Amino acid sequence: MKEPLVELKNVSFKYDTEAGFALRNVSFTIFMGEWLAIVGHNGSGKSTLAKLLNGLHFPLEGNITVGGIQLAEATVWETRKKIGMVFQNPDNQFVGTTVQDDVAFGLENHGIERNDMVQRVSQSLEKVKMAQFLDQEPHHLSGGQKQRVAIAGVIALRPDIIILDESTSMLDPRGREEVLETVRELKQDYNMTVISITHDLEEAAKADRILVMNKGQLYREGTPEEIFQMDDELVKLGLDIPFPVKLSKMLREKGLPLSRHYLSEEELVEELWTSHSKM
Amino acid sequence: MDISLQNVEYRYQVNTPFERLAIKDVSIDIPSGTFLAIIGHTGSGKSTVLQHLNALLKPTEGKVVIGDRVITADKKQKNLKEVRQKVGIVFQFPEHQLFEETVEKDICFGPMNFGVSEEEAQKRARAAIQQVGLPEEILNKSPFELSGGQMRRVAIAGVLAMEPEVIVLDEPTAGLDPRGRKEIMDMFFSLHQTRGLSTVLVTHSMEDASRYADQIVIMHNGEVYEKGTPKEIFSSPEGLLKLGLDVPEVVRFQQKIEKSFNTRFSKTCLTMEELTEEVALLVKRGAPK
Repeated sequence: MKEPLVELKNVSFKYDTEAGFALRNVSFTIFMGEWLAIVGHNGSGKSTLAKLLNGLHFPLEGNITVGGIQLAEATVWETRKKIGMVFQNPDNQFVGTTVQDDVAFGLENHGIERNDMVQRVSQSLEKVKMAQFLDQEPHHLSGGQKQRVAIAGVIALRPDIIILDESTSMLDPRGREEVLETVRELKQDYNMTVISITHDLEEAAKADRILVMNKGQLYREGTPEEIFQMDDELVKLGLDIPFPVKLSKMLREKGLPLSRHYLSEEELVEELWTSHSKM
Repeated sequence: MDISLQNVEYRYQVNTPFERLAIKDVSIDIPSGTFLAIIGHTGSGKSTVLQHLNALLKPTEGKVVIGDRVITADKKQKNLKEVRQKVGIVFQFPEHQLFEETVEKDICFGPMNFGVSEEEAQKRARAAIQQVGLPEEILNKSPFELSGGQMRRVAIAGVLAMEPEVIVLDEPTAGLDPRGRKEIMDMFFSLHQTRGLSTVLVTHSMEDASRYADQIVIMHNGEVYEKGTPKEIFSSPEGLLKLGLDVPEVVRFQQKIEKSFNTRFSKTCLTMEELTEEVALLVKRGAPK
C-alpha cells in the first residue's frame, strides 16, 4: 500500500564554512502520494535537508535514493526531474521577463520540444490559475501570484515530488492560502507527493505526517495527532502548538472533561456542545 | 514625540503616465507612548503610510506633523536628519541591509551618520546588542556569518542604537520560527514599555495586533477603513471579515461557540485566558432544562 519514494539512510552533512554538522545521522522514508510536513526551529536543518533532496548538496555520509536511484553527481539530472522545488522568496526565483517565459525556462533547459512546451506552459498556468497573466511582467504580480508561477514552472516538468521550502512564509495570509490551495489541488489531480518545510503549524496540522527536526537531527515523526500531543516539548524545541490543541489543554485545566486534545476547532466545539448538553 | 497624519494623500510619480494614487484622506494620530498596529492586505497602502512617519515621503496633499516639524506638499524640507534619527524604521527583512565588515561597524553606522562620535557609537552598539538579546562577542563577527534570526536582531540593534523616540516596524517577524517571532515581539514590547517609546507595527498577524496594540488602524484601498482599540475592532469583526482579513484565533473561536450554542458571551475575549474562562462557565452551566 505505502510505496517508498524517497529514502534517507544515516545522512550527515556539514557546510565547509561551519564547524558543526548541519545534519546528523538522519534516516526516514517518504511515501508516494503523501503530504509530509517538516518542521523545526530556524537552523534545525530543514532547508539543508531540502537542498540534499534536490542534489544541490550531497551527503557527507549515508545515502539518499529517489525512486530507487541513488542520489549522486552522476545521477542528479535524473533525480531532479522527479523533484521540483519552490523556494521561500518569490523575488529570487523569477528568471523570465514574463510569466510564460518563466514557466518555459525549465522546459527549455530540459530540451522539451517546442510544441509540447507551448502546451505544457499554458496547461500549467491554467492549473495554478495564472493563465490570464501570460504576458505580465513579474513585478506586476503579488507574492502569492509569483509563487504560483513558480509552482507552474515546477509542475510543467511533471515531477513526482514537489518540495515547498518555506514557500509561503513571505506571503500575506491571502497569498498563503492561494498557494496552499493550489498545491492541494495539484496533489489530488496528479497524485503528487508534497514535502512542505514550514513554520506554519496550522498547515502542518493538515499534513498526513510530520517530521520534527531539532539541531540537525530527526527528533520525532508521526501523524499530526501524535506530534501535537508532544505539547510543551514542542515549545521547548522552538515550535508552537496549534490553537485548538492549546485551547483544549487549557479547557481541561479548567476542569472540562475533554476526551482528547483536538486538532480542529470544529471537533472541539462539537465535543464542548455534547458535554454541555449532558451537564 | 507625537505624530499625526492629517488628511494625507500620496500619489506616486505625479504628472507622469504612471501616476498612481496610493493613499488618500488618511488621518491617524499617534500620541507619544502609543502602540499602534496597522493592518490591511498587501497593496492597501500600509507601507506608503509608514514612509510618511519619518518623512521619507512627503504628502501630495494634507500634512504630517512629526514632533514640532510640519511636513506639507508645498514646503521644501531642509534638515530632516533630526526627524529620521527620532523615528527609526525597521523595514521588512532588515537583515538584507547589513553591509559592514563587522557587526559593531554595522550598528555604529547609523549613529555616526547622525554625528555621534565613534566612541559613543560603540558604547551604544554594546547596549543595543544586549537589548536584542545577543552576546557582546558577536560585535566582532561578520554579520554574514550569523544565522538569519541573529542577522535580523543585529539589523534591529542598528536602529535602536540611534536611540529613536518612535520605532516603526514593518512585519518584523516575517520568516522567523514561532519562538523567534515571540522573542522579537516581546522584546519590542518591553522596549516600548521601559523606554516609553511610541511603536507603530505594520503586521498581518491579528494575534500580535490584539496582544500588543493600544490602537489598531485597518487600511483598505489606500484609505483608513476602521480605527479603534483591539476590543472595539474585534467586537464587531464583520468589517474585517468582509475585507477578507483574519480575526484573531480567540475571536474566531468565540464566534464559533456563540453560533453553535446560540448564545452571546458577555464580552469579546481577546486572550486565551478570558476565552477559557467564558467557555468553561458556559459548558458547566449545562443545557437549559
